[in-house]
Amino acid sequence: MTMLQISNLTKRYGGQAALDNVDLSIAPGERVALLGHNGAGKSTLMKMVLGLLPPSSGTLTIAGYAPGSRSARDLTAYLPENIAFHPALTGREQIHHFLRLRGRSAQEADGLLAKVGLADAARRRIGTYSKGMRQRVGLAQALIGSPALMVLDEPTTGLDPVSRREFYALLDELASRGTAILMSSHALSEVEVRTDRIAILSKGRKVADGSLSKLRSGADLPLTVHIHPRQGCSPQIASVFPEARHAGEILIVDCMQADKLGILARIAALGDMIQDFDILPPSLDDIYVQISRSAA
Amino acid sequence: MLLRVLSTFQIEFAIALRNRWLSIAVVLMVLFSLVLAIAGAAPTGAVGADRLSVTVASLTSLSVYLVPLMALVISFDAIAGEIERGTLPLYLAYPVSRGELLVGKLSAQLVLIIVAVSLGYGTAALVAFWFSGGDAMDGLPALLRLIWTSVLLGAVFLSLGQMISGLSRRPSAAAGLAIGVWLVTVVLYDLGLLAAIVADDGGGFTTDVFPWLLVTNPADAFRIYNLAASDAVGAASGLAGAAQSIALWKPLASLLVWVVLAAGLARGAFERVEP
Repeated sequence: MTMLQISNLTKRYGGQAALDNVDLSIAPGERVALLGHNGAGKSTLMKMVLGLLPPSSGTLTIAGYAPGSRSARDLTAYLPENIAFHPALTGREQIHHFLRLRGRSAQEADGLLAKVGLADAARRRIGTYSKGMRQRVGLAQALIGSPALMVLDEPTTGLDPVSRREFYALLDELASRGTAILMSSHALSEVEVRTDRIAILSKGRKVADGSLSKLRSGADLPLTVHIHPRQGCSPQIASVFPEARHAGEILIVDCMQADKLGILARIAALGDMIQDFDILPPSLDDIYVQISRSAA
Repeated sequence: MLLRVLSTFQIEFAIALRNRWLSIAVVLMVLFSLVLAIAGAAPTGAVGADRLSVTVASLTSLSVYLVPLMALVISFDAIAGEIERGTLPLYLAYPVSRGELLVGKLSAQLVLIIVAVSLGYGTAALVAFWFSGGDAMDGLPALLRLIWTSVLLGAVFLSLGQMISGLSRRPSAAAGLAIGVWLVTVVLYDLGLLAAIVADDGGGFTTDVFPWLLVTNPADAFRIYNLAASDAVGAASGLAGAAQSIALWKPLASLLVWVVLAAGLARGAFERVEP
């Protein structure tokens, strides 16, 4: 069973395709990150999932219901990008309102606000909140009634590292209870390893869809080896590693995944001439840039 | 459905209270009404009308300008503000319809108008009773009529303000357009008609077209209805002749049609907003 099923989804504005034949499915309890540059089509895709934009062609269902239908809206929670609530209202009043719109008791508000760490600020006006606190109000409303599908548009922007960790802990808890989560981000390093699958959009097309380790091996990016020579041994090492770049005292060598052992053997052969060395795997952002570039 | 409308009403009313829209509107109406009630009652003896009728005549002329302005100021942010804050897509993703949102907002804003108008005109009535005692009872029906027609006029311009808000999408653009609409419907429209009458010099335009044009404008319909419905008020305003040449039901019907039409226009403009 799938919670969100998207097939051959296309959205055109004039002649321009904002989304081009995108397929995506999310099962209950699955956390999927949607990555892409600004303008890659992430927000367009999310708005179509919510029924705010009609597709040009293709199909899209939420637990079998049409997007924007009453049943689909009842099942779906949404956190828009850069949300700012009315500054004159308190966090509590705003959450009361959202609860009543979903036909739930306003008494749940305090629990929700406590869950996102806003218990102390609940009676203060949102105008006095920081950006991160406003984002938490947005998150609190998305948690109402344990939704079956959560759509989060760049949810971690404006959150400090500690809040981000708490945020992912909340998502884990929801996912373990069966909530399907679709969240967007513009950086792979933002979504960390707390997602089950990563889908990458580039210019409206889906260019990758899989687990992080699958993406990592698919990108096949070189490792970087940093070699710190002992005093005065730099020339000898440079002759063994003619391909090395120099950064001050340090020599930098790129190495493909398959050559890892060969490089280690060459380093070991140099023995005492080397003071220290580091092997750095390609960063998440390198992988992301590589995938979206190779697809373009 | 009712619960969602009620919740929207509640939240919008809370915002209006915090933003001081209500206190500003009430203070404005009370202040102007007081000034007119005290200063505007001098010609009582000359026209043979009671003091309250005279005050109502002055208030009618004032309300034609003030009520639409107040309504537009209250409503221009209704949709554009939600777009700017990024809350509109969120509300539309909730199980709430655009119609429910609009009705909730309109009803909260209408309560502001009702409170401000009732308190303002009520103050004027108190002053009239204070100065002339029981005589002012004669003007009471006219005062009540002024209150409920002002609420209708307010409803028309609240909906027009919401329509402007949906069309312009940005609060700053909506504010500018609202002032423009106010200027055209309330000030320039009448000046245009006046110029046309002068140019026409008693021809076919003045006798056939002019009355219809006058009734079609909601602000003019409001003014004519209030002046024509009471002899005393008409006399006090010095416009009895002009007002009574038009059948009473026409301006009232125009006002009622405008309430529905403007609400429909607002709903149409909101429907076209792609969040």
